[in-house]
Amino acid sequence: MGLLEYTAVELAAKIKSGETTATEAMEAVIAQIEKSEDELNCYVTFDKEKALEAAKKADEGIKAGKLTGPLAGVPFAIKDNMCTEGMLTTCSSKILGNFVPTYTADAVERLTQAGAVIIGKTNMDEFAMGSTTETSAFGVTKNPRNIQHVPGGSSGGSAAAVAANECFAALGSDTGGSIRQPASYCGVVGMKPTYGTVSRYGLVAYGSSLDQIGPLCKDVTDCATIMEVIAGKDDKDSTSVKREDTSFTKALVDDVKGLKIGIPRDYFGEGLDPEVKEAVLAAAKVLESKGAIVEEFDLSLVEYAIPTYYTIAAAEASSNLERFDGVKYGYRTSDYEGLHNMYKKTRSEGFGPEVKRRIMLGSFVLSSGYYDAYYLKALRVKALIKKAFDEAFSKYDVILGPVAPTTAPKLGSSLSDPIKMYLGDIYTISVNLAGLPGMSVPCGKDKNGLPIGLQIIGDCFKENNVIRAAYSYEQARGKFE
Amino acid sequence: MAKEYETVIGLEVHVELATKTKIFCGCSTEFGGAPNSHTCPVCTGMPGSLPVLNKKVVEYAAAVGLATNCTITQDCKFDRKNYFYPDNPQNYQISQLYLPICRDGHVDVKLEDGTQKAIRIHEIHMEEDAGKLIHDEWEGVSFVDFNRSGVPLIEIVSEPDMRSAEEVIAYLTKLRNTIQYLGASDCKLQEGSMRADVNLSVREKGSEEFGTRTETKNLNSFAAIERAIKAETARQIDIIEAGGKVVQETRRWNDDKEYSYAMRSKEDAQDYRYFPDPDLVPVHISDEWLEELKSKQPEFKDEKMKRYKEEFDLPDYDINMITDSKKLADIFEETTAICNKPKKVSNWLIAETMRILKEKEMDPEDITFSPENLARIINLADEGTINSNAAKQVFEAIFTEDIDVDKYVEEKGLKQVNDEGALKATVEKVISENPQSVADYKAGKEKAIGFLVGQTMKAMQGKANPGMVNSLLKELLNK
Repeated sequence: MGLLEYTAVELAAKIKSGETTATEAMEAVIAQIEKSEDELNCYVTFDKEKALEAAKKADEGIKAGKLTGPLAGVPFAIKDNMCTEGMLTTCSSKILGNFVPTYTADAVERLTQAGAVIIGKTNMDEFAMGSTTETSAFGVTKNPRNIQHVPGGSSGGSAAAVAANECFAALGSDTGGSIRQPASYCGVVGMKPTYGTVSRYGLVAYGSSLDQIGPLCKDVTDCATIMEVIAGKDDKDSTSVKREDTSFTKALVDDVKGLKIGIPRDYFGEGLDPEVKEAVLAAAKVLESKGAIVEEFDLSLVEYAIPTYYTIAAAEASSNLERFDGVKYGYRTSDYEGLHNMYKKTRSEGFGPEVKRRIMLGSFVLSSGYYDAYYLKALRVKALIKKAFDEAFSKYDVILGPVAPTTAPKLGSSLSDPIKMYLGDIYTISVNLAGLPGMSVPCGKDKNGLPIGLQIIGDCFKENNVIRAAYSYEQARGKFE
Repeated sequence: MAKEYETVIGLEVHVELATKTKIFCGCSTEFGGAPNSHTCPVCTGMPGSLPVLNKKVVEYAAAVGLATNCTITQDCKFDRKNYFYPDNPQNYQISQLYLPICRDGHVDVKLEDGTQKAIRIHEIHMEEDAGKLIHDEWEGVSFVDFNRSGVPLIEIVSEPDMRSAEEVIAYLTKLRNTIQYLGASDCKLQEGSMRADVNLSVREKGSEEFGTRTETKNLNSFAAIERAIKAETARQIDIIEAGGKVVQETRRWNDDKEYSYAMRSKEDAQDYRYFPDPDLVPVHISDEWLEELKSKQPEFKDEKMKRYKEEFDLPDYDINMITDSKKLADIFEETTAICNKPKKVSNWLIAETMRILKEKEMDPEDITFSPENLARIINLADEGTINSNAAKQVFEAIFTEDIDVDKYVEEKGLKQVNDEGALKATVEKVISENPQSVADYKAGKEKAIGFLVGQTMKAMQGKANPGMVNSLLKELLNK
């Protein structure tokens, strides 16, 4: 078995025991990148020398007994919307094409403190707006399972890098499904934690009230381990929460006896691909056979999630992206007359069409005369959606459903119809609106060999129920090939 | 008959709070410093940076609200005000629109005719200051300095309750004094730590409806505010008298030319697209916190004036002067507590202290001398250990340096000579050396004695007891 076959946790154990080194692991990753990257385009920034140097430093730390964490020496990829000191952070946008931060995102800092080694920065939909990684200013990323297809998005580069063994694990961010959906399309595990669990400091904001950083990795054990490392209250993020229960690896228990699982009928109606439906329900059967109590129920309000999400996320984005103006950093148009012309040309040239669409949508819903009718109403619906989930979680420990209505679409088939693309987020965005934790676990493949993801949703701060269900399912499922 | 007009004025007052660090990051609020030396990713609007509220800002804002009889919003929120300008690094300002921290207050002001008037406060909200643009006209480029970016401000918005420049100045004076008493700001108009924008309209006397208002900015002193109000009132009346209509607009005052010009009209008004800032959690001011803030409210000028009258029986003039500054009032109270001579303490504060402050261009807040030292000087002078000239010399010394008064008097040999024998010898010598003055005195020129007293004091290096010198001279000359 080659080094690349190991999970992050397995690799760390091998490094710890001296069987291998961080440098050897990095060399293996680099060899893989050199082999497949030209075709896949997972990375925006990859600096071989820097990566090797970081691996060497990690080896020294491990040798000196300073780096003893469960991820020490493991090569990691970071989505390109998380700031990394001295390393290009572009959000896959022309407007930040030359931006090198002077500070590192809290989640990345925690990872490196634990000994993880940063390989580079992964491709994404521009400013995390999109579901295919096709809105990147630096080219599309292809799905390693089938290069005719998209890897999903917006954390498509991270998901594809994990699936292609171009890293051992990666960080992504999830505003409306941007970790879970690409994880599902690429056949890897991905988790969005409860809002407030992982600090957003250093994450370039898209929809601030919905954004969360989370892992994309090879299995549920890696997922829980990474979660444990990156979670924690950060004084630099007012929305980060002090939690007592972040020992997520404790939930890696193969036992679902008595676990109450709710299956929302609303998630299995029109628009859901029959193959996806079959695979997800089969996974539910597996858990039932292991002693879980599985029950169908009506979640309600599902049809309101998409308009609510696109109103709130676009509103916040329209304001969050105002700082990209050509004045302080990033791209500035070369030829302009006066301040306003500079603003206009810089932003017209610097942003891609999907980002512009959402800025316009967000500016509209916040404008005077429309604020009450759109933004305020969306906030009220958001509260109602949270209430519907509260009710569901008074009866169930976890909710189980598909991640996306279909498997990964073909490259080039999505962007021409944005509304259709938005509808693909139907099962993931409610989780962000309600601030809940959600995980995507591979549960099968369609007839074209494209992976299908099972989504497990928990109540706020109840990641451990999700991890337990996912781990038990994974144990029964066996290795995902 | 010419129509009679009434001026209607409301104020928006920005006050820079005296916190050590900025409102949403740990950077220093200190004035000056090399451009962008007091900055970090947060106050320069770097991608991924997040604001974290400085608790002290909430405390100051709530304290000002309590002192101005406002209702405190115990669950208040911050909103984003979106507009593009290079001094605003995020292109939105974090402010409060929907749920400001204080609402519905009032300030009672005394007018010159002795009447009292309540000026209502609509709201007080917290917000961040912007950076500063520096234009290099020669090179044709502009620079931005973010040192001021994120300095905490409160904006105090009054109702349109003022009818004259006098009322405006009375309101601002009261507001400034109150805020200074709280230590929430130094409120210096010249330095911009207090800025007042004047919303003004005119209407026919007796009318219930408001006229169209203008907002005048760039008013850097009370005198400028007064001039601007008079000029804007006259300008609006002229327009109306000529059959025209006042345009709703923002105007900029030029105090040198005593003239304002239009900056932007209502038509150019921007849509700020306010919405709650998702990066900040709502601010909850618990009942306990609120009680604690209430209990920390100081005794303000009005209450102090009343108490001083009863307790110390000082002249109104003295009381008004002393209580104009909390610092002076504190020194007065502490010094009086030691020496128990309120009128003497008051005299030192309003005469000698004020003189030196003016000379050194200092504010009462800059005073460093201790009440103990002032009390000691007063006691030494009272006992006759030092005369008044020596006392002034010692006072100048304590004003600049914290010294031991007794040691200083000793070392500088300032002790007053009260020894009649020594004094008499000197007086006799002065009389014999100044026959002309003696002759003048004897010829009935009473004033000549002053010269002789002066000569005696000079001969004794200023240390003689002037009262004794005077009576000795009279005694010897009248012999």
